[in-house]
Amino acid sequence: MRAYTPKDNVQAKPYYTDRFWVAPQVAKQDVSSDAVFEHDLNAIKAKFEVLDAYIQVEQMVVVINAADNFAVLEMLKNECAYNQLSEMSAIDWLASEGKFEIFYQMLSMSKRKRVRIKCKIDENESIQSVEKLFRSADWSEREMYDMFGIIINNHPFMKRILMPDDWEGFPLRKTYPLQGDEFAAWYEVDKIFGKEAREIIGPENRDPARIDRYDTERFSRLGHEVPRGTDIRQGEPDTPLVYQETEGVFLIEKFDAEKSVVISDRHR
Amino acid sequence: MAQHQVNYLKDGGLPVALTTIDKVVNWGRSNSLWALTYGLACCGIEMMASGASRYDFDRFGTIFRASPRQAELMVVAGTLTKKHAEFIRRLYDQMTEPKWVISMGSCANTGGMFNTYATVQGVDRVIPVDLYLPGCAPRPETLQYGVMMLQQKIRRESASRAQKPKRLM
Repeated sequence: MRAYTPKDNVQAKPYYTDRFWVAPQVAKQDVSSDAVFEHDLNAIKAKFEVLDAYIQVEQMVVVINAADNFAVLEMLKNECAYNQLSEMSAIDWLASEGKFEIFYQMLSMSKRKRVRIKCKIDENESIQSVEKLFRSADWSEREMYDMFGIIINNHPFMKRILMPDDWEGFPLRKTYPLQGDEFAAWYEVDKIFGKEAREIIGPENRDPARIDRYDTERFSRLGHEVPRGTDIRQGEPDTPLVYQETEGVFLIEKFDAEKSVVISDRHR
Repeated sequence: MAQHQVNYLKDGGLPVALTTIDKVVNWGRSNSLWALTYGLACCGIEMMASGASRYDFDRFGTIFRASPRQAELMVVAGTLTKKHAEFIRRLYDQMTEPKWVISMGSCANTGGMFNTYATVQGVDRVIPVDLYLPGCAPRPETLQYGVMMLQQKIRRESASRAQKPKRLM
């Protein structure tokens, strides 16, 4: 008999890992290859600690400490003319590094350059809001809280933006199941009918292709209808499809082609 | 004088039609189905097209209303999210009896391709549905055919007050 080796609950792991697969990397260039970026980077380095800096796809990426995020963005806005925060969000690296990566994508209209500021925070760490600098950060930070559970300090309206206010869980974390946890599965039933209705309504059908042709509780065929809940496994009554009731509808006459008149003279 | 006299035994007979209360009431109900505007996603565009001039829903007496108090038909056209589920239930409850629901398109029927945490897997988990229209999205002809089928269903129903309201549970 083989010796038992613990499998570390591989079923629960969110990733399929291939030992021989190497993630393709976009080529990085040194910041000194671009004079404008080099000047901006030196301006940041003069005041703040820079952990890493490189150019990728003609955009400069600067990795800073999470505590400096507001001051760095303020400096880039006021001194380096990066006057637009075009995008910001977070990336879940909890499985590999135990950290969230937060990135700010900045655009300078006058320089026609883009800079990405990155920083990393721990799972339970909060980060300073940049909403005072860029109004576009307002909803983005709320979304970040909604989807990742990252708490933003000094935000004027820290509330969920996409999911309902009473939602539990943060759906964009890698550990969140795509089809939802138990709370998500019963959310609408619990909210509208109450928990006691769970048994009556039943679990969600997650296989939309599943059709039981004998199920008269949930399916009906147009023109072959039977009362709800009838057992039709032994054959069903034949009710053919008709477009109008055979005896006609009250006050509505069937169109008779024989009686119709074709008007050929348009000036009559 | 006599030439204006109507001969009630000829030419269409008496100006009297004999019928049942059920038929008269259901005739009225089935031919003036006022629908609540409920476009939730791309199916809503097809629903709007059904109401516009090319397909012309007014021919069927189906006029879209913006208030549930004035509507008796709810065409759930599109993806129902879990956040919105309580509101569709509230609007359904606000509609006056008798009321009917058409679930239009794959998303409203089963959740469709949105097999995710945020989508209600079939609108029939929240409100009782009379008619399911397949398609992604169903064309306006399909919706018109569906409404005609619903008209037939209404004409077969009993119009009496004793008719119980439909319940999901």
